[in-house]
Amino acid sequence: MFAGKLRGPLALLGLLAAGVASPALAQKLTGAGATFPNPIYSKWFDAYNKKTGIQVNYQSIGSGGGIRQFTEGTVDFGATDGPMNEAQIQAVAGNVVHIPTVLGSVVVTYNLPALAAGQLKLDGTTVVDIFMGRITKWNDKRIQALNPGVTLPNMDLIVVHRSDGSGTTYVFTDYLTKHSREWKDKVGYATSVNWPVGLGGKGNEGVTQQVKQVEGAIGYVELIYAVANKLPYAQIKNAAGTFVAPTLESSTAAAGSVKLAKDTDFRVSITNAPGKDAYPISSYTWLLVKVDNKDGAKAKLIRDFLSWMITDEAQSMARELQYAPLPADVRALIAERIRTLRADGKPIAMN
Amino acid sequence: MATTILPDAPAPAPAEGTSTLAGSRRGDRLFKGVLTVAALAVPVLMAFLVYELYVGSRLAIERYGLGFVAGTTWDPVAEEFGAAPLIFGTLLSSLLALVIAVPLSLGVAIYLTEFAPRAVRQPIAFIIELLAAIPSVVYGLWGIFVLIPLLKAHVFPFLRDTLGFLPFFQGPIYGPSMLAASIILAIMIMPFIMSVAREVLLAVPGSQREAALALGATRWEAVVSAILPYARSGILGAIILGLGRALGETMAVTMLIGNRHEIAASLFAPGYTMAAVIANEFSEAATDIHFAALTYVALVLFLVTVTVNAAARLLIWRVGAGGGGKRS
Repeated sequence: MFAGKLRGPLALLGLLAAGVASPALAQKLTGAGATFPNPIYSKWFDAYNKKTGIQVNYQSIGSGGGIRQFTEGTVDFGATDGPMNEAQIQAVAGNVVHIPTVLGSVVVTYNLPALAAGQLKLDGTTVVDIFMGRITKWNDKRIQALNPGVTLPNMDLIVVHRSDGSGTTYVFTDYLTKHSREWKDKVGYATSVNWPVGLGGKGNEGVTQQVKQVEGAIGYVELIYAVANKLPYAQIKNAAGTFVAPTLESSTAAAGSVKLAKDTDFRVSITNAPGKDAYPISSYTWLLVKVDNKDGAKAKLIRDFLSWMITDEAQSMARELQYAPLPADVRALIAERIRTLRADGKPIAMN
Repeated sequence: MATTILPDAPAPAPAEGTSTLAGSRRGDRLFKGVLTVAALAVPVLMAFLVYELYVGSRLAIERYGLGFVAGTTWDPVAEEFGAAPLIFGTLLSSLLALVIAVPLSLGVAIYLTEFAPRAVRQPIAFIIELLAAIPSVVYGLWGIFVLIPLLKAHVFPFLRDTLGFLPFFQGPIYGPSMLAASIILAIMIMPFIMSVAREVLLAVPGSQREAALALGATRWEAVVSAILPYARSGILGAIILGLGRALGETMAVTMLIGNRHEIAASLFAPGYTMAAVIANEFSEAATDIHFAALTYVALVLFLVTVTVNAAARLLIWRVGAGGGGKRS
């Protein structure tokens, strides 16, 4: 508590000192973007500051804001849950590389008192039918077929989705898009979409409350949130045909089963991953970094931080906070990519 | 700013009369200048605000034009944006909130000024005014955890059973709905209407009251025929203050309204408001057109608020003039 109280003023002092003393030293980085990874980013930046004295000021203003500020050059790095599209990359003249940091998964949660937690099984097309409004009763034969031996009630299915723009929605709709041509044409995937049916809840907590309060409701939330609040979740059939429960391990397995090319730009979707143990509704979250940074000192700071971020030390911190860590081969690819970063056209000095 | 003027005025006082006058004139001019700048700052700020909103939304204005306010689809993926359900939701939720809050707050105000024992007047007024200090996110949480379960279990089923023949009380009951949002809005604007109305009623001269009673009116008749008409324009002002709050309220509404882009007759159905969609989607609006559409919504919200307030002012002005003329 004492440390917590002190940190604010101290950080402020540090900020002032850094600002006044010499901006040329620039032992300070600023970033902005995604809210979903904010807890782990805060932890990383705090730990990194204690270790090296370098301050990273991160504002969790949302992925859209992160991309916008990165494009306008008001921050040293951005962060996003959904990768930049071609037009957005054009806007920065291609001077961006997406660096994956951790993995997030989306859980389908529901409120059926008759069913024990984790008992419900669903697959992609059924989830599409539910969120399209084509399945309106719990005892619909399409759900029943996936759950033999389970008595499903004759109850109205009420869909709950996120009303605020969110990376969670991006991942979930990306998953649905891969299972239905119609979903792709009519709804598509983005941080907010035009939902065919359902109620909108603000944030994970808003969705959770609406699901909890309405019997027969079904919605989607982040894995971390579902774990922390002990929400019932559905097992989802993956591309290999097995039903997988959402866990950190199955999320990492999803990332591990999508092989990346050596020259990948890391903007890959890992929903519906092919692995046998892969949970199909998972995604990377990314930091946006300039390939060639005019400010050599900052380029070095960013490079050094990224190198630390993929160490076991940093990645195990992610696990403590319920973020799935990156698989080893992805970390190796990132390590290679970091070496190609440039400071005003020249290679960045090694320490 | 005042400190720079005050020492200036008394300084020439020891000198002869003319210079004192000149000094005070100079002080006056300075004071007047400062005040003029302060007063001009408000309209300038307003113009700047409108200009910024216009610039921010130009992309959407060019693409959708005025059809934006009539469109009913909101699809960020297909880049099709229409604000009709949002405008409808904003107006309806505010109007319903007024319908609920006005009689209640007027009742409380009349009770506190005319009927309540002297000892409880101040404490009750104080407690109600405290409600105005509660942050709206707290109202929203209270709404989610307390109000909605209560409405869903008791109030909504009762309304559907008794008034179900009306289209407003039909359809499935989810909990989050236009009605739930309107009720929370009503609770939030009540303290404003109540405290202003109370001040206005307190300002009614005692003679007005005594005259009515002396003519043999009951207390009820005195309130209805002598006190309320006297305070009419002030009370309307109180209601407009409440309306202004209701139109712009964001957090508590988005937590309770269900956030669905739809115009539904049933008050049990979810809806959406302009302020809520801006709060929900602004931070994650990645494409330029989505960003511009949200700014366009902000511009429309601004215009709607100004129009509603102007109309209400006009009403007060006419009522005030008409009422005053007849009575005096």
